[in-house]
Amino acid sequence: MVLDRPEVDVTGKPPQGPRTASGRSRQHLRRTAVRLGLMAVPLAFFGVFFAYPVTAIVSRGLKDGGHWQFGRVGEVVIDPAIGHVLWFTTWQALASTALTLALALPGAYVFARFDFPGKQLLRAVVTVPFVLPTVVVGSAFLALLGRGGLLDELWGVRLDTTVWAILLAHVFFNYAVVVRTVGGLWAQLDPRQEEAARVLGAGRLAAWRRVTLPALTPAVAAAALMVFLFTFTSFGVVQILGGPRYSTLEVEIYQQTAQLLDLPTAAVLTLVQFVAVAVLLVVHGRTVRRRESALKLVDAARTARRPRGAAQWALLGSVLAVVALLVLVPLVVLTLRSFDGPDGYGLAFYRALASAGDNGGTFVVAPLEAIGNSLAYALAATGIAVVVGGLAAAALTRRAGRLVRGFDALLMLPLGTSAVTVGFGFLITLDEPPLDLRTSWILVPLAQALVGVPFVVRTMLPVLRAVDARLREAAAVLGASPLRAWREVDLPLVGRALAVAAGFAFAVSLGEFGATVFIARPDSPTLPVAVARLLGRPGELNYGQAMALSTILMLVCAAALLVLERVRTDRSGEF
Amino acid sequence: MSLLRLDGVTVRFGERAALDAVDLEVAEHETVCVLGPSGSGKSTLLRVVAGLQRADAGRVFLSGNDQGGVPTHRREVGLMFQDHQLFPQRDVGGNVGFGLRMRKTGRAEAERRVAELLDMVGLPGAQRRSVAALSGGEQQRVALARALAPRPRLLMLDEPLGQLDRSLRERLVVELRELFGRLGTTVLAVTHDQGEAFALADRVVVMRDGRIAQAGTSLEVWQRPASEFVARFLGFDNVVEATVSGERADTVWGKVPVPAGTPEGRRRLLVRPAGVRLAPVVDGLPCTVTGRTFRGDHVVVLLRPADGPELEAACGLRDAPDVGDRVGVVFRADDVVVLGGS
Repeated sequence: MVLDRPEVDVTGKPPQGPRTASGRSRQHLRRTAVRLGLMAVPLAFFGVFFAYPVTAIVSRGLKDGGHWQFGRVGEVVIDPAIGHVLWFTTWQALASTALTLALALPGAYVFARFDFPGKQLLRAVVTVPFVLPTVVVGSAFLALLGRGGLLDELWGVRLDTTVWAILLAHVFFNYAVVVRTVGGLWAQLDPRQEEAARVLGAGRLAAWRRVTLPALTPAVAAAALMVFLFTFTSFGVVQILGGPRYSTLEVEIYQQTAQLLDLPTAAVLTLVQFVAVAVLLVVHGRTVRRRESALKLVDAARTARRPRGAAQWALLGSVLAVVALLVLVPLVVLTLRSFDGPDGYGLAFYRALASAGDNGGTFVVAPLEAIGNSLAYALAATGIAVVVGGLAAAALTRRAGRLVRGFDALLMLPLGTSAVTVGFGFLITLDEPPLDLRTSWILVPLAQALVGVPFVVRTMLPVLRAVDARLREAAAVLGASPLRAWREVDLPLVGRALAVAAGFAFAVSLGEFGATVFIARPDSPTLPVAVARLLGRPGELNYGQAMALSTILMLVCAAALLVLERVRTDRSGEF
Repeated sequence: MSLLRLDGVTVRFGERAALDAVDLEVAEHETVCVLGPSGSGKSTLLRVVAGLQRADAGRVFLSGNDQGGVPTHRREVGLMFQDHQLFPQRDVGGNVGFGLRMRKTGRAEAERRVAELLDMVGLPGAQRRSVAALSGGEQQRVALARALAPRPRLLMLDEPLGQLDRSLRERLVVELRELFGRLGTTVLAVTHDQGEAFALADRVVVMRDGRIAQAGTSLEVWQRPASEFVARFLGFDNVVEATVSGERADTVWGKVPVPAGTPEGRRRLLVRPAGVRLAPVVDGLPCTVTGRTFRGDHVVVLLRPADGPELEAACGLRDAPDVGDRVGVVFRADDVVVLGGS
């Protein structure tokens, strides 16, 4: 209600002098300028290294003699073979998501609410698959389910060309997404909310259904969308386990581009995938924003306790069993295979990795060199991703209008865009001045950084937003200038998140396959590329070397992750 | 010259004015408490003085200098936040020494000062403790030490004792007053707790809806609430419509004596509970006792007259009537206050 206040006029001062009005708009302008400045680098990066190559390759596919041939879109979409791919891509993603949720939600509960010895380590272990390169996941499941695999040897069961292999690998891969996204929130929900409902007369189940479930639903939806996104665009896993019968859009794009050289079809498929992913991201953005609604959160350490009673122990036991079967066994089998040489267990395959000679010209250099290449590329990619992603996160810290939200979604697009398209796009666009990078080593890190940036942003953003503005004010009152306050207050709080973000960027860069496979030069392959090449060759030596190289890659990723677990904060984003 | 002067300071949030043309002065070495219900603009007042909130109109002077355009970190004021806002990543010593580091105090000097302050607030040797491990009262002491460390020319406290339990609060109020007196600190505190305000302050400023409802020494405000709002905010509810003529006023409660020199006409009167005396039914306004509340050394008796608002009377523990008793009420002129418009 606005009341007349004659007293204001009595003082003889207008309530808002022209000086203050202009001061306010100046301040507003300055803030906008700062934000635009922060956004400039990420925008330029995405423009040059994402939008430009993708647009170029799509237009090359769809343009004929300078004219757009949109008729191609219709032709491709109604092609029954393509229809089959689309259908398979969608339903396997749905099935993978459902299966992942079914197996991982109990895990989320156990990790959130129970205290048991080895919990920290186990949480790290279930996260290992998520940062593993898809190629390694494929190889691990091949070693478990494929020809001569563990199941084949024990019971004569082979699943490697069935859809089950793909689904199980997807669950393996995404188990941690659900446990971390849902479990992270679950652990911080105040149990007293449920207790309050119980006191008001709700039964145990009713209290859970009416209090906890609604609070969790957005997190479950966000996790499900994330899993759907990853499985919808799955490449390495399907490439290795799908055999000739099953292929996803991404695999099809790769085949059309690299093997059939049918660019128009690949371009249409890229567009289809792009649209599907864009829709998913918009939905995801909405659920995430709803999740940020006011929930009463408490310290996660306070909500967990030892399991009590037979039912709770049984739940813990079954979750541990699922983790063992689904996560540990493939990793262990992979490692065992790498030692299971022609002359019994030993280091034969590892030794073979050190020489380029006797594997039929698969490599110009010894596969072992791929380790050095991979580490160097991944470090460079991490540097780029941290700078670009860090600037983007800083620009997005203050909630703002539609423009910024659009930017937010834009940053996620590379995660869902065909990496194959990006890789191929790099080749055809970045090969002439002023951006002649085709012979430059920086090309690979640039492509890898594209997938690293979304992880950096997603990890940093919640932490940056969680820094209480009044801590900055407290520093200012004590005499710290704005820059100093940022250094003294924000940086120490964000430092750990920055380390976590860098670690994730490092791991995903290390495992990037779809784009790297196109642009890595033959004489300097990365680990995943080398693994894929070895798997593509017949012979036990090649297979064994692939397993050995995958084991090395797994160990590097796991080491990076274990370091992360040490520094990780409770509030480090969605991953 | 006053240390702090606010000159017509106005702050708007949208349509609502959180501060509405506020004038206020705080003299050096003075402790002023701003008292008001939540949402009355108290915290905004502190934020404007600290430079954390821009004023839409009006000016803030510190030691006579206009603070317009002076950023927070150059104002040399201290502010103790309501929920302390200790830096979680620093230990107690790091928190207390923060302002000294910002002022580039030498390490040895800073360490000496931190130790001295921790001694002063009763936490000697706590430098290496983590702030997360502190109890509410300890956090409050660390926050106070942190605010005092750089020797601010003006110390501002936002609900300084709000989150503490009652006994701790009462002890700390006494300690704070003694401490500020010893250090000669100039203090501007805000609180919604009248007890805290009157115990701490030399002068009290009562705020309502962004405006100052009354300012004066603790005794003045307590004895002569300027308006019905202030009276009721201080917990005085014996307010009644009256027509004053000479030394008497006509009310629904009957004739009430008023102090000499009271302007004639229609007024609102406050009778402080101490001025409501109980007598045999035939000697005064007949009332029924409807409730009794123990207040430590006295009892507040709630009385319902045949007509008009209920009355509160303060009486001794021994002669308090029981609920249901019939009593008569007489009024004492000394405890009758004529209220201004509210």
